[in-house]
Amino acid sequence: MLNYILKRLVYMIPTLIGMSIISFAIIQLPPGDYLTSLMSTLADGGAPIDPATVERLRAQYGLDQPVWVQYGKWMTGILTRGDFGFSFEWNQPVSEVIWSRMGSTLAISFAALVFVWAVSLPIGIYSAVRRNSVGDHVFTFFGFIGLAVPNFILALTLMYVSFRVFGQSVGGLFSPEYVDAPWSWGKLWDLVLHLWIPIIVIGMSGTAAMIRILRANLTDELSKPYVTTARAKGLPEYKVIVKYPVRIALNPFVSAIGWVLPELVSGVTITAIVLNLPTAGPLLLRALVAQDMYLAGSFILLLSVLTLVGMLISDILLALLDPRIRYN
Amino acid sequence: MTTSPSLDAKLAEEGPAISGLKPGMDPISDAAAGQWTLIWRKFLKQKVALFCGAVILVLYLIGAFAEFLAPGLPDTSRAQYTYAPPQSIGFFTSDGQFQPHVKGYTIAIDQAALRRTFVVDDNVIVPIGFFVEGPAYKFWGLFESNRHLVGPLDPNQTMYLLGADRLGRDLLSRLIYGTRISMSIGLIGVCLSLVLGVVLGSISGYFGGWVDTVIQRIIEVVSAMPTIPLWLGLAAAIPLTWSPINVYFVITIIVSLLGWTGLAREVRGRFFALRNEDFVTAAKLDGSGERRVIFRHILPSLTSHILAVVTLAVPSMIIAETSLSFLGVGLKAPVVSWGVLLQDAQNIRSISTAPWLLIWPSLAVVIAVLSFNFFGDGLRDAADPYES
Repeated sequence: MLNYILKRLVYMIPTLIGMSIISFAIIQLPPGDYLTSLMSTLADGGAPIDPATVERLRAQYGLDQPVWVQYGKWMTGILTRGDFGFSFEWNQPVSEVIWSRMGSTLAISFAALVFVWAVSLPIGIYSAVRRNSVGDHVFTFFGFIGLAVPNFILALTLMYVSFRVFGQSVGGLFSPEYVDAPWSWGKLWDLVLHLWIPIIVIGMSGTAAMIRILRANLTDELSKPYVTTARAKGLPEYKVIVKYPVRIALNPFVSAIGWVLPELVSGVTITAIVLNLPTAGPLLLRALVAQDMYLAGSFILLLSVLTLVGMLISDILLALLDPRIRYN
Repeated sequence: MTTSPSLDAKLAEEGPAISGLKPGMDPISDAAAGQWTLIWRKFLKQKVALFCGAVILVLYLIGAFAEFLAPGLPDTSRAQYTYAPPQSIGFFTSDGQFQPHVKGYTIAIDQAALRRTFVVDDNVIVPIGFFVEGPAYKFWGLFESNRHLVGPLDPNQTMYLLGADRLGRDLLSRLIYGTRISMSIGLIGVCLSLVLGVVLGSISGYFGGWVDTVIQRIIEVVSAMPTIPLWLGLAAAIPLTWSPINVYFVITIIVSLLGWTGLAREVRGRFFALRNEDFVTAAKLDGSGERRVIFRHILPSLTSHILAVVTLAVPSMIIAETSLSFLGVGLKAPVVSWGVLLQDAQNIRSISTAPWLLIWPSLAVVIAVLSFNFFGDGLRDAADPYES
């Protein structure tokens, strides 16, 4: 098992390098380098930057050197000092701005993943066992809607509905009176009241896809002879289904994290912008519009790493579930 | 029917096991039909897919004839009709005469909110008709005309079938013009993805070995990165000074840059399955070069599968464009697309004042996406006619 984990870790390295190259390319895309935009912003603000500081920064980030040297410096900074560069919009190192936002992104993505599993497992089993029943068709219909409606439209619609029906505005994570309050049960409940909309929005399409996968896999399993055998032996029906076929059908369920997680992280980004949640999304958009490129590039890199780590976990879980993968 | 019913029934009962004959099928014509005929017949059986195909066709026709179908121009603004609500069509006037019309508005000031509100006034009617003269346009930039499919008989009067936006522009006209941009981005984007995906996928699947490994790693990196942040990053680099046409093409390229991976995977998988088939060996023995084997012999036998995957890739491109434009880094005014329209519905205040600004563009997106999904599913099921 340890061997397998190590192998997966080594296997991740080239992917990580690829992701960092793409993120760095995005940093480099806008015309002009980062110092010219820094100087023009500061000059606009009436406080021209000290030429010595410019020279120091230029040398520090290697802006006068070829692109691959700059990439090398950026990566060494991240790996050795946790230094992601400097955000001129915030006038702070990127690492000061980024971590709390990444934390909330991780928390919401994880909550959405739990939602996806918790909802699609029972519905998927139900749809497979009672194929073509009314319930199955209803879920299929909602599944297609879930797949077809983009996250932000769903968010806007729920926002409107909740405004109309409950008379409550749903932006942010807390009501105004709780934003600066210390943690309490009231604050936690307030968080839950605010969190259900983003989590449904983000998890909707993933849930729909998962139900379809689980339904298809479980249908295949249910028609296999061992199920008939189990039934013939007189096992109770719920045991016939849950004990063997569901366990096997769960494999793709776990491995699906690989593609559901990027989707969730992507969904968190846009949903957070619409619902004004304090995650990476709104900050990333702002950084991109202001061309605060080190901040933007670092966000893109970290969000990608987040999905990669999720995939690693799904690989490990899969190996735990299925010995065939572990020993192969 | 060329066979007698008795023969038909006999074949259906004890017919050859491999052909999967069913009662009512015409065995002789099915056995002699070519691959594409079979695919077409199998596809015709899928009513939902067929219907969705028709919807897609209608959407593209709307896009193609936008100038004529739209009652007005997309950017004519009338400040006095800010957020005017949708008008419904009536056919008979109050004295029972047949005259298609929409009801006019009276404008009242809401004293509490100090906002203009519109009340439908039953006494004022705006007569409307087919093929009316309205604002002049240049059809496809070529022919000048001022005929519109529907519109008010008097060009100076207004008709807001789906309501108006913040600047008093007609939402219906904007939606129709937006169809052209949004649907064509999906189409062009998918063509670019197709080229990338097919070329890389076939190279990967045909050669295998280290070429395959490298291409597979690239695909892995691209598909593991969360799409929206990546799209945002690429789209935000477009200089603000660029002309709308340039932005349009760059956005299509960005959207397709992330869409090719699924296609490449599909093509590669099929290549792995086909490259040891007899007809490929025969082509090689005949002295065909590698390029010829790939593009003349293997790819044509994949066409139906590729078509299905391509159709299923269009929705993600439409959603990508809509999301980017909605966030303000994609297409920008004066270009009109569904995403640009949704920009007006960005906050709860404008949605609660004018819910139609959210409803209609969203509905257009959802209909397009759903239709492509079902249509693609149908194509995929029909792609392999020899499967039972």
